[in-house]
Amino acid sequence: MGMLSKSPWVIHYDGSSCNGCDIEVLAALMPRFDVERFGVVNTGNPKHADIFLLTGSINEQNKPIVQNIYDQMPEPKVVLAVGICATSGGIFRECYNVLGGADKVVPVDVYVPGCSVRPEAIIDAVVKGVGILEQKRAAYLAAGKA
Amino acid sequence: MNWITGLAFVLFAPIIGGLIAGFDRKISARLQGRMGPPILQPFYDVGKLFEKETMVVRKSQRLYMEFFFVLMVFTGAIFFSGGDLLLVIFAFTMAGVFFALGGYKASSPYSFIGAQREVIQMMSYEPAIMLAAVGMYMVTGSFQVSSIVAYKHPLILQLPGLFLAFFFILPIKFRKSPFDLAASHHAHQELVKGITTEFSGRTLALMEIAHWYEYVFVLGIGYLFFASNVWLGLLMVLVIFELLLIVDNATARVRWQAMLGSAWIVALAAGGLNIIYLMLVKG
Repeated sequence: MGMLSKSPWVIHYDGSSCNGCDIEVLAALMPRFDVERFGVVNTGNPKHADIFLLTGSINEQNKPIVQNIYDQMPEPKVVLAVGICATSGGIFRECYNVLGGADKVVPVDVYVPGCSVRPEAIIDAVVKGVGILEQKRAAYLAAGKA
Repeated sequence: MNWITGLAFVLFAPIIGGLIAGFDRKISARLQGRMGPPILQPFYDVGKLFEKETMVVRKSQRLYMEFFFVLMVFTGAIFFSGGDLLLVIFAFTMAGVFFALGGYKASSPYSFIGAQREVIQMMSYEPAIMLAAVGMYMVTGSFQVSSIVAYKHPLILQLPGLFLAFFFILPIKFRKSPFDLAASHHAHQELVKGITTEFSGRTLALMEIAHWYEYVFVLGIGYLFFASNVWLGLLMVLVIFELLLIVDNATARVRWQAMLGSAWIVALAAGGLNIIYLMLVKG
């Protein structure tokens, strides 16, 4: 097992969520859950991040931003769609301006439903994401050598 | 000149510096009521960065970071092998200049502001370090680190003002609150990541290791104030570091004007008075 799984750095982007999921994301960073125990740091910089944690649905306005953040992250990278809005659009799904979940723009690796998601679920998703990160790294190295 | 200690610095400073960074994160977490990451977390971080893709805006920005790394190692090696303190300070400044130039070269607005702040930080801490070297020369009669260490009495007894000035600029060098302006380490992100924004992968890892060298070197300057007794020196380095963490967690960040002003006032008032006292006494 590489170092990648011991130090997953996260970038959190709020698409157009109601802030419920974002508060839960922050709760996971706070003393009670303290994800820094596992080396998780909320970097706020796509170029340092390994995990893209996306909350809220995608609309025409934030679509290029999400795409841009994803493109700026160095390989290997993983996308988590956190909350029901990010997984499918949630209750905003039928809105005229909402395109749907995060997978309309970027390839999502882990879906975390819930309105709002619980911090435990977010931590669980990050752990799952770290596993996928390791697989992607193996694929990335294989592609690099080939 | 003692080449063995210099070589020991080159080999072991990354390990010690990484452990310092690990204890830093652990103790900070405890001060905030959190569990905190494992002590070895900084090593995991750097190891991970070596496994990641390295993205650059311009290829030359890596060159600047490599120069920063080499000069930082050179600075510490000269210092720990007992070389000339003035040469050490000039090499240290050069390393800082290359670090700032790397930030400018990346040409992103965040990195640019970070680099500007880094230059202001250098302006803030330079006087205190220069005056400390001058004070040490006035007491021991030599700029050689080996002669300063060999001095019989603890230098702090004659240089309390300069030590205060040195301690005041320590948060700048450790990139800690209240003077954590350029890099916005870890959870702070108002400038995204400041000067380090555009660096990723191996280059960022190299920068992190250079910072570990820097930690050990800067604490080494602190050690000089208590160098007459090895154990007293090491104990006081730990005390300084612990105080630094408490200051970091107890203070909010200040604006750069306040940093520059206060650092100069403390350096010129406390340090300057100290030097005037030495001139009068030593005459």
